[in-house]
Amino acid sequence: MLPPAETAHWLAASVALMIGLLLLSELIVGPEVFRRRPWRSYLWPSVALVSGVLLWVIAIFSTFSTIHLLAHAVWAQAAMVAGAVELAVLRGKLRSPRWSLVTAGALLVSGAAFLIHEQNPWLYSRAAFLHHVIGWTLVVAVLFPLGEAIRPRRFVWAAGFAATFVALAVLLYADRDGAEIFGRFGLGGR
Amino acid sequence: MRQRRARLRRGTPRSAPRALAIQLLGPLTMLAGIVWAIAQPYRIVLLEHHGKSLYELVVQPPLLVVAVGLLYALVIAPGLVADLEAEGDASPR
Repeated sequence: MLPPAETAHWLAASVALMIGLLLLSELIVGPEVFRRRPWRSYLWPSVALVSGVLLWVIAIFSTFSTIHLLAHAVWAQAAMVAGAVELAVLRGKLRSPRWSLVTAGALLVSGAAFLIHEQNPWLYSRAAFLHHVIGWTLVVAVLFPLGEAIRPRRFVWAAGFAATFVALAVLLYADRDGAEIFGRFGLGGR
Repeated sequence: MRQRRARLRRGTPRSAPRALAIQLLGPLTMLAGIVWAIAQPYRIVLLEHHGKSLYELVVQPPLLVVAVGLLYALVIAPGLVADLEAEGDASPR
């Protein structure tokens, strides 16, 4: 039996929230203190890489629709590439701040996949509405890794990147498979 | 708790608020989950659990938010605060 899509989204929201808290922590204590324990500094890129692997599993379950299958496969690939590049940067194998462009590309591809794969008109239901909000959030969030690549080590890029994951978590937690967009306020269709 | 406060006071002026912020992140996340559970009690199917599987009982957004906050508070925050205190002890006054 397949679990409802909303529960997969809530689990993904938990991963996003944990990543958001980790990135906020790094922002608060600074990279020197945060990377004092190697396991801690490897958490975020490892979680991105493992999320990519798990998204392949979701992709396998998405055979009910070709576009859902493609979207989940694209996210899986984007998360794995971003995680792998972040790991290589952390290990010192890649040194240029321009490698943030890979993360920017992964966010752009993920955002586009969110926008494209939701076939319903975006006021159709809460799930459709949220897919579009998440898609545009990720597209706008491309600015943060892009800024990091052009002008590295600015507070605003790190803060924006951390806030993106917290916002993503909130939006994913709000997902329900069959609900009106604003619930009891009755706005939007079902 | 008193020893921890004393240690925090010994740290550099900048490290104490940062340590406090780290210590607050987990509890604030948990509080958000609890407030959500109170605002939308129907999300907690534990309260009406007949015919629900363990998966349905556990995988509910407010409980997941509390779990993430708890995990952060127990696993991530203590090490970060200890490292901040160590940095405060090592830096010149």
